[in-house]
Amino acid sequence: MRSKPANPDAAPRAPLGLRLAAIGSILFLHLPFVVILLYSFTTDEQTFTFPLPGFTIAWFGEAWNRVDLWSALGLSLRVALGATIVAIVLGTLAAAAVHNSRFFGRDTVSFLVVLPIALPGIVTGIALRSALSTMDIPFTFWTIVVGHATFCIVTVYNNVIARLRRTSGSLIEASMDLGANAFQTFRYVILPSIATALLAGGMLAFALSFDEIIVTTFTAGQQATLPIWIFSQLTKPRDRPVTNVVAVLVVLIMAIPILLANRLTEESSSHSA
Amino acid sequence: MATATTSPERQSFIGKLSTLFYLHPRLTLAALLGPPLVWLGVVYLGSLFMLVAQSFFHLDSFSGKVVREFTLATYGDLLSQFENYNIVVRTAGMAAAVTLAAALLAFPIAYYMARYASPRLKALLYLAVLIPLWSNYLVRVYAWKIILAKEGILGWFLTVLHLDFALDALLKLPVIGGPSLSNSLIGMFLVFLYVWLPYMILPIQAALERVPKSLLEASGDLGAKPGETFRHVILPLIFPGVVAGSIFTFSLTLGDFIIPTAFGTSQFFIGMAVYVYQGTSGNVPLAAAFTIVPILIMAIYLSFAKRLGAFDAL
Amino acid sequence: MPPAAGAIIVSASNSSFPAIRFSNVSRHFGEVKAVDNVSLDILDGEFFTMLGPSGSGKTTCLRLIAGFDQPTAGGIQLHGQEVIGLPPYERDVNTVFQDYALFPHMTAGENVAYGLMIKKVPKAEREKRVEEILELVRLPGFAQRKPTQLSGGQRQRVALARALINHPRVLLLDEPLGALDLKLRQQMQIELKSIQQRVGITFVFVTHDQEEALTMSDRIAVFSQGRIEQVGTPAELYEHPASAFVAGFVGVSNLVHGSVAQAITSSPTMFSIRPEKIHLADPSAPVPADSYSAEGRVREVVYLGMYTRYVVELDGGGELAVMEQNLHTTSMDVLAAQGRPVRLIWQRNHVSLIPERAN
Repeated sequence: MRSKPANPDAAPRAPLGLRLAAIGSILFLHLPFVVILLYSFTTDEQTFTFPLPGFTIAWFGEAWNRVDLWSALGLSLRVALGATIVAIVLGTLAAAAVHNSRFFGRDTVSFLVVLPIALPGIVTGIALRSALSTMDIPFTFWTIVVGHATFCIVTVYNNVIARLRRTSGSLIEASMDLGANAFQTFRYVILPSIATALLAGGMLAFALSFDEIIVTTFTAGQQATLPIWIFSQLTKPRDRPVTNVVAVLVVLIMAIPILLANRLTEESSSHSA
Repeated sequence: MATATTSPERQSFIGKLSTLFYLHPRLTLAALLGPPLVWLGVVYLGSLFMLVAQSFFHLDSFSGKVVREFTLATYGDLLSQFENYNIVVRTAGMAAAVTLAAALLAFPIAYYMARYASPRLKALLYLAVLIPLWSNYLVRVYAWKIILAKEGILGWFLTVLHLDFALDALLKLPVIGGPSLSNSLIGMFLVFLYVWLPYMILPIQAALERVPKSLLEASGDLGAKPGETFRHVILPLIFPGVVAGSIFTFSLTLGDFIIPTAFGTSQFFIGMAVYVYQGTSGNVPLAAAFTIVPILIMAIYLSFAKRLGAFDAL
Repeated sequence: MPPAAGAIIVSASNSSFPAIRFSNVSRHFGEVKAVDNVSLDILDGEFFTMLGPSGSGKTTCLRLIAGFDQPTAGGIQLHGQEVIGLPPYERDVNTVFQDYALFPHMTAGENVAYGLMIKKVPKAEREKRVEEILELVRLPGFAQRKPTQLSGGQRQRVALARALINHPRVLLLDEPLGALDLKLRQQMQIELKSIQQRVGITFVFVTHDQEEALTMSDRIAVFSQGRIEQVGTPAELYEHPASAFVAGFVGVSNLVHGSVAQAITSSPTMFSIRPEKIHLADPSAPVPADSYSAEGRVREVVYLGMYTRYVVELDGGGELAVMEQNLHTTSMDVLAAQGRPVRLIWQRNHVSLIPERAN
């Protein structure tokens, strides 16, 4: 390593090869986003020709007028909202239970929460599909929500339990000592302490649900969420230019909850440090 | 005033409920744990159970309806088809190749983040890795459809560099080749590598962060060259992190059907097979039986990973 | 006079009952007897200290009074009323926590006003009382600060104000000075005592610091292994320790037993004698009739500025530590004592006999 002995505290400069490799990885991870942005302005309707034959913003208007897109977006947003609400309630309850008491099977609960996201997506998907098929339950909005909520619980659970671990247990005792009952203590002390963690977990759950395709394929039937709409374009491209535009918009929409969640968790961790 | 003289009759219902919960921690635990346990236990584990149950049913080929009687016929179908073995080997091979490549590719950026980046830059790089991981999976796959298209960016770039002959030669290879990058195993491999790479970077970076700087200094102090320090000190210490990352890359590749569908040739992958069986052919029992395969593979993989200490690194 | 169990006493100023009464209280965690059959009365208005090493059961006792924990056996009465089964928010007791437990999302003022807010006291009155109580703990004008903007000593005062504003009949303090540095701690000891005298509330103070206990307390209970070793005023504990543990934990003491004790007092009963009560004299010095004596040789001399500490090896076996004030002696004088034969003399009434206890 080429560290300069004159200043042992400063981090040594990375070898050139390592720096290039690091820059290369970051470019590899982000160039596809640039490509998508670029292609949303192409005049080419049939192929993905590069260099772009021409430049237009017409496709944004075209996408705006597509009814099928609006209904897919609406369905995705409603599903994400429903799944997030269920995940927030169940994830918080599970986190509180695991944090508060040492009971037999505590690890099993953590395991059960993580399992839906740890197993390959098709396993969760086909399992739900089997259950629906066995019990003759028709595909509805709610079958999608149930599937999504199941694997979204983990994001809320992880965020809330991490926050609870950093919160002093004597705060709850202090509140009760000062005359607040369990419900008042929840409202005035616990909820404010975990609020940002809840928000961050909720945002990630929303993003996870909004993005999901694999489990959705098995629980949606004929309904089209936005990812299902994009997937259909991926296999049978009919509206390439519109898909390009949708891709850009989806990236932009998703960036909001992700950046916000990241900001929230960073703020609170620097707060407690 | 919360005096010790408050008589029980004067307490509100909420107050009584609160006291009931406070004095009975087990009741509180049951109230907290009940809803998530019912959901995960009944909805999720129940579904997994149904999955196993379905794999023991079979599809009546005349009526096209699922016959709900215990039978091993579906497993018989699964095991008697030689192509199914090919599918499993192809999928597992792809998952292994993607995992290996991801580990190699993830290391430099993870090492740079853990050892050289200033706290500010580290936070920025962390976000730069996190954003692709969390952004829309389908959009990222779609981007590669654009990049890998015959007339697309990569092809153009190689032509400009006069390297198009190399690409053509590569695509002419048996098994991994194909008509174009966007319809070949090579292309599919690239896309898998791209979408799962962040899952490998983060655990390796976390493992590297946990290696105390003094250990590296001690190794150097004892006469080891950087390469030897890497081999004898860093690598053994971060190996659990690599295995932790590999759980994601391996499992995600194993179960994916989007990328094989979008970039595939006519060759099936496990996920595709499951998807097609349950969808177009409506054969949920066969799809369920086929899903048991990745579950078994992952169970074996996880038991190895556990032995290698990967769960402590998650 | 013990009241009937379960009697509900409504009068607030009834002083015929102790503020707190423990009747054969035990709290076991599985095999561990954190509190083991403790009986204790704490009087109304006194500054009572529970003293003991960590794990001796003193904090568990405090938590039982506050209601954070319930005893495995026995009864606890607050002002004559049985409180077993009452949650903390129905007990007229407030606590100052070891880590202060200030709500991080509230300002100091909101923290202090918390109890009043829960009781739905109107906002204007709340603010007035917060100002008053912050005045009392000498933090006027700090209401708007967040806990993170306060120093350790200031947080401690906020925690105290938050507990006092509710006018509890008993205030529990769980090692509240532990996190402060020595100088601040000594200052707060005096301040706490003066606040207690002004508000007239029963203070139950938990500490492992014997000096702190001696400084502030009206009475002290010494805890060891879940049991109470002795209850008494600071002077009683110091001058007449009832057990070897108390003699060793409260101040420093020489414990003499067996044949050594026999040679000095003509009885093998263990006794304790404080090092500063022993007088170092010439081997030929006369022994007054009301005193004991022992002969030996100075083995070690440690000059401590104000005092000198000697360790004397007795001719009859064993050692005694002796503390002498350097009133007229210089360091040169005292260090020259090393190796000298001496006679140790102390008054009989400074000796505490410690009868063997069935253990």
